[in-house]
Amino acid sequence: MGKSSFVYVIYIASTPEMVWKALLDGEFTRQYWGHDNVSDWRPGSTWEHRRSDETRALRLVGEVLESQPPHRLVITWADPKDTANRDRHSRVAFDIERVGNGVRLTVTHDDLETGSGMERGIREGWPRVLSSLKSLLETGNPLDTWAK
Amino acid sequence: MSRDTDAVFKALADPSRRKLLDLLNAHDGQTLSQLCDHHDMTRQAVTQHLGVLESAGLVVTQWRGREKLHFLNPVPLQEIYDRWIRKFERSRLKAMHDLKRRLEGTHDG
Repeated sequence: MGKSSFVYVIYIASTPEMVWKALLDGEFTRQYWGHDNVSDWRPGSTWEHRRSDETRALRLVGEVLESQPPHRLVITWADPKDTANRDRHSRVAFDIERVGNGVRLTVTHDDLETGSGMERGIREGWPRVLSSLKSLLETGNPLDTWAK
Repeated sequence: MSRDTDAVFKALADPSRRKLLDLLNAHDGQTLSQLCDHHDMTRQAVTQHLGVLESAGLVVTQWRGREKLHFLNPVPLQEIYDRWIRKFERSRLKAMHDLKRRLEGTHDG
């Protein structure tokens, strides 16, 4: 089966440090994403994407490949049922650059199985997550995309 | 932000550019040559349209080895949706929700 790549770019009136924190810190992610990203964020460590509600349901797992705060984070990304099946792990790179008075955040999602449910999910998910992240950092209010 | 939004609407106000976005949506990460294969336009015209789409943030390019690939970036569209469309949709959804409640209420009663 073929693999697909997607690239998402958003400009945010903020600092690289804030955007880095907002991607990893549950205090922020639960507001605009409805999930916590749990890890010590050291290369080689695992990370988990869990519902922020009381279920703490495990939604994604992966490994930290690269971590250069506050500019670049690379992780693998998989459905928990595919933990042992490396062929089905995709890869996400977050690049955070200062541009003018703001930040350019680029999310590059590679090695997605073409036509898979994961591919459909991330194509719907990333634009909403990033738009909500921007709203939270710029206005203090996330979008209510995840509230329903 | 409003200047960015103008650029997005202007970029979308052209059928050839919308077709390029459709082509990338169907198959993301294409080279200029691949995009030209599906288009009855000159390479120069496609390059110009891609330039407008890139300035508006709707297309992002990345080098992969020796190939420059074009990716659809739907994030500006999401921002327009969040800012302009969802608001109107919400009132329509609320109207439907109210109607459903009224009908169900009648049914129950």
